[in-house]
Amino acid sequence: MVDVTFQSSRVAGAGTRKRTSLRAAMKRKSTAAFLMTLPLILLIAILVLYPAFYSLHLATLNKSMQRFVGFGNFEFLFKRQTFWLVVQQSCIFAITAVAFKALIGFIVAHFVHNIPAKGQRKWRGMLLVPWVIPPAMSTLAWLWLFDPSYSAFNYTLSFFGIGPIPWTGDAAWARFSVILVNVWFGAPFFMIMYLASLKSVPEQLYEAAAIDGANWWQRIWYVTLPMMRNIIAITTLFSLIVTFANFDIVRILTAGGPLDHTHIFATWAFRLGIEGGDIPLGASVSLFMFPILAIAAIFILRDINKRGNEA
Amino acid sequence: MASTVVIDKGAPTRKVKYGSMSRDRAWALRWSYFFLIVFAIFSLVPPLYMLITSLKSSAEISAATNPWWVFHPTLSNYIELLTSNQFLTFFWNSAWVSIVVVTITMLISVPAAFALSRMRFWGSATLATGVFLTYLIPDTLLFLPLFKMFAAFGDWTGIPLINRWYVLLIVYPTLTVPFCTWIMIGYFASIPKELDEAAIIDGASWFQTLTRIFIPVAMPGLIAATIFAFTVSWAQFLYPLVFTTSTDQLVLPVGIITTLIKGDVFNWGQIMTGALLGAAPPLIIYAFLMDYYIAGLTAGATKG
Repeated sequence: MVDVTFQSSRVAGAGTRKRTSLRAAMKRKSTAAFLMTLPLILLIAILVLYPAFYSLHLATLNKSMQRFVGFGNFEFLFKRQTFWLVVQQSCIFAITAVAFKALIGFIVAHFVHNIPAKGQRKWRGMLLVPWVIPPAMSTLAWLWLFDPSYSAFNYTLSFFGIGPIPWTGDAAWARFSVILVNVWFGAPFFMIMYLASLKSVPEQLYEAAAIDGANWWQRIWYVTLPMMRNIIAITTLFSLIVTFANFDIVRILTAGGPLDHTHIFATWAFRLGIEGGDIPLGASVSLFMFPILAIAAIFILRDINKRGNEA
Repeated sequence: MASTVVIDKGAPTRKVKYGSMSRDRAWALRWSYFFLIVFAIFSLVPPLYMLITSLKSSAEISAATNPWWVFHPTLSNYIELLTSNQFLTFFWNSAWVSIVVVTITMLISVPAAFALSRMRFWGSATLATGVFLTYLIPDTLLFLPLFKMFAAFGDWTGIPLINRWYVLLIVYPTLTVPFCTWIMIGYFASIPKELDEAAIIDGASWFQTLTRIFIPVAMPGLIAATIFAFTVSWAQFLYPLVFTTSTDQLVLPVGIITTLIKGDVFNWGQIMTGALLGAAPPLIIYAFLMDYYIAGLTAGATKG
């Protein structure tokens, strides 16, 4: 599309102007375009790229940021048991939460897609509410639902004879709780994405599959999933990044406790860097989020290039 | 004779099969509604519980009666918060920051998206991809270097940035601009080239093409991007938590968490009221502009 406008302006110009002024106009156009993107470039360069590289530098300094210590911070981290706990918990948290978000989103999208079209808007509206509420605010509601002495869940469960559950007090339950809240918050996003992509699957494919005698499982496996493959991949990748870098939910719900068992990279980096005053150590911790980003970037770039070739 | 038997045999089986299929459909529909109700309850319990608790007095909460019901509804929590200067400061800080950030975001991302989608220049394709990739760099990776940078900037120029609300005007655009630019590129690219060709033949400048044609035509995209920028700035929690500490500089989410939670004494009625009031602006926008909201949400991935 860019080529066409480019040529059209050339054609429009060539009719009336001389060659030199045309060249000047071209020059002006690209200069104007560059100036229009300049604020964007500056913003990204100064406030995203520079800090990203600066954190690499910060990670090699000592606590007072006076002395270069090389890999000293990393050596220190590798010797601490808490660090390995955080690595483990970050992986458990991100992978479990994303898997459940994707699964629940997929199932709910199917149910919404199944019901008559005129009711879909209403249901979709209700089901997307968790995604709309600022996570810091909704996590407060969860914190209150999980309260050790006044938990509304424990009140309800007590009628079924299930004893008070230490939602945020016990390490295993606290890990469950942070994942539950994250799934609650993130599943609607998957639902909306999958619903949009379900609607774009042509109905004829299902009809053809039904005529061939496919049952519902075969229809999902051979028609729906291949058609949705792209959107599933990209949504999962997005969500993996966001979940891996999550801060709000864990910070408010457990603040990393009990005994650092629910800390993930972001909350531990905050604890060390801001609360503990050791910015270089915190920066070294947050750098461990980088590999997942690099992997995601490679996949997304590949995807964009592939689409570019198809188009 | 033989042929009629075959037809007689064929007709009932066919009818039965057809009947079972429609019965399957009816059951599938019933199950769909059943599970949708279950999931809707799961989605709506926390916000409803916020509302229930916000209508209770402290006495009723500590009496530990049925938590799912309000026996003596009262608006005292709302009155107390909405007349407290501190809470109103948080609210105004949040509103002010969000509105200015939305304006900055639009001023940066709309011209950039226009240039990247219609005017080719050296490196423009790479830049468009790069913009999308920066959207993937999370705030949790950048807050420590940014904290150090702002502190150093304050020492160097004498303009304090740490613990001032306006520092948020500088950092929030890093979260909103890349995504808004990306979805605006998508919307602009879907405008037929004939429209701007016609405008250029009629003698419009690039600026006029943008303001007279692209912005009006891509209005739905613009609204979606605005909503996105607003909700992101309103909900952001990490940056204000790191960069601001004095109570007069805080925005709503951080303000509620740091001032209403005092030690071990949790005034849950007020916390839930504050949380509900903090969730209200995005919820109201969502209630009225749901289609734009969803368009913005899905445009980012389907067009990428």
